[in-house]
Amino acid sequence: MSTTTAPQTAVAAAPGQRWLHLVAIWAFLIAAPLWMGHIGGYDALYSRILIFGLAAMGLNLLLGFTGMMSFGHAAYFGLGAYGAGFVLRYWIHSTPLAILCGILLGTVFGVIFGALMMRRTGIYFAMLTIAFSQICYYFAYSWNSVTGGYDGLRGFTRAPLHFGSYVIDIRDNGLVFYYFVLAIFFVCTALMGALLRSPLGRTMIALRENPQRARFLGIPNEQHVWIAFAISTLFTSVAGALYALLNNFADPTALYYVISGNIVIMAVLGGMLNFWGPLLGAAVFVWLEDYISSQTVNWMSFIGVIFVVVVLFFPRGLLGFVKRRSA
Amino acid sequence: MLTLILFNLTNGIILGLFYVLMALGVSLILNLSNVINFAHGNFLALGGYFAFSLAPYLGYWGAFIVAPILIGVLGLIVEQTMIKRVYARPHVYSLLLTFGLSFIIQDMCRTIWGVNGLPLSIPNALNSPLSNQFFFLTGYRIFLVAVVIVAVAALFAFLGFTRVGTRIRAGTFDLDTVSALGINIGLLRALNFALGIGLAGLAGVLAGGQIGLNPNMGDNLVLPSFIAIIVGGIGSLTGTLVGGLVIGVASALTSVWWSAGSNVVMYILMVVILVARPRGIMGEEGMMT
Repeated sequence: MSTTTAPQTAVAAAPGQRWLHLVAIWAFLIAAPLWMGHIGGYDALYSRILIFGLAAMGLNLLLGFTGMMSFGHAAYFGLGAYGAGFVLRYWIHSTPLAILCGILLGTVFGVIFGALMMRRTGIYFAMLTIAFSQICYYFAYSWNSVTGGYDGLRGFTRAPLHFGSYVIDIRDNGLVFYYFVLAIFFVCTALMGALLRSPLGRTMIALRENPQRARFLGIPNEQHVWIAFAISTLFTSVAGALYALLNNFADPTALYYVISGNIVIMAVLGGMLNFWGPLLGAAVFVWLEDYISSQTVNWMSFIGVIFVVVVLFFPRGLLGFVKRRSA
Repeated sequence: MLTLILFNLTNGIILGLFYVLMALGVSLILNLSNVINFAHGNFLALGGYFAFSLAPYLGYWGAFIVAPILIGVLGLIVEQTMIKRVYARPHVYSLLLTFGLSFIIQDMCRTIWGVNGLPLSIPNALNSPLSNQFFFLTGYRIFLVAVVIVAVAALFAFLGFTRVGTRIRAGTFDLDTVSALGINIGLLRALNFALGIGLAGLAGVLAGGQIGLNPNMGDNLVLPSFIAIIVGGIGSLTGTLVGGLVIGVASALTSVWWSAGSNVVMYILMVVILVARPRGIMGEEGMMT
């Protein structure tokens, strides 16, 4: 099967070195808002980077670690956003509940669609993921009375967090919201890291490396593809829910296949064989998109060129490129 | 009511024929090269715009012939310079590549021809309704149906009766063996790609006369063409033909009773097919893997 990623087995860093990497990454993320303003950053941009980084890392569980291609993760991203939006708009003014419902909506559809696709492989799997994501897009687009149609779901704001009498104001302070997103990002990446070290995670990697051999070992491939797909949609829908909270609205473009493509390019741009690659890819891509679209009306061409250049010249992504250079 | 149903049925057939032209091109490329061409709809738009710019010099009929050929040549260039380099790589790269190309082409169209829609004027002879009661049967629509029938028949004859066509069909099933028999599969894939893109160009010229030109005109056609392929059965061009017509007619008839549902119905159809008959209407068992 040709969906497997390039045969470059990631060399595990020595344990001490790995801790060093982790400390460096987290120190960077915590300190980022304090100095990045000098190079044109702003609070909402950092939050957006983290959110898309999380979405791309979620996708990468499937793309990089299980070796299955999804080009439809916008669906779960968007459903997460709408789920959160529905709660705040129609039900209750609570941020944690909004996030939970966003996750629930995205993941339930991930489980259902995953069941319909799990027996397909290769390019046909990718094709079905595109088609299923478009179902969600058209529903959001057409179901005016509930979703607000083309204009999107508006008229809600994220709620401050209440811990007893102590209130954290994530609503009006973008910087506080960034740290709130970072906290959720921390929990999610910890869970993803634990997953990849678990037997289930090892099985996913085995499916990527050699699906036929995995089957000979008695692993039910289809069920594991299903599970990996569902888990991957779960993390992407967390990101979607946070995206709705960030923007205080949810609209059909969050479900559109362009977002799917963007999430995939982030994973590939950063390096899909590396756990942190998609975050780096998201940072570069979101930053570039923000910068280019403020500079020229022809930003679409530039984004397109980024896609082409990455595919033709940096197929291993930035981290893979750096590693090979230094090796 | 009968007129309304006939009206929508005609619309559905016209729409279905566009899906068919698009989906056949996508399907040709998918079957032989394992590439999902996201930029197919943008090549369609480019076809329409080429015809628009050529028409003042060549007349409508000249542009009608030349524009699809130019688009096919452009497809050949794109394949030779870029797409061909990712055939040996995982599928994610070809998808991202055509995705990026689709952005670039769309932006080029916008920059060169403007954001606003342009009309592609058609000869007066084609422009008049043929009957008062059935106002929707214009000469252009009859012409469109005839052109698509001829094009599809020519494609199937080419694939069925010529040497190159036979090789393309054989390559769909087992490219390695075709290569081992001494056939230049690089050339075969390039020709096949150009053929598929050329069909998109033809669809663009036809669509330009029907709905006018705008930079996003292909976007609404490319995803339904994926659905047409899945519904019809991956690996079968006849299935793609049937699938395109079925979803076109189904979505047009749905819009008689539920206008918002015209897009949703094709996806519902796809899910039903996937559950009830996973290989699609005409798909071969095992081609979906």
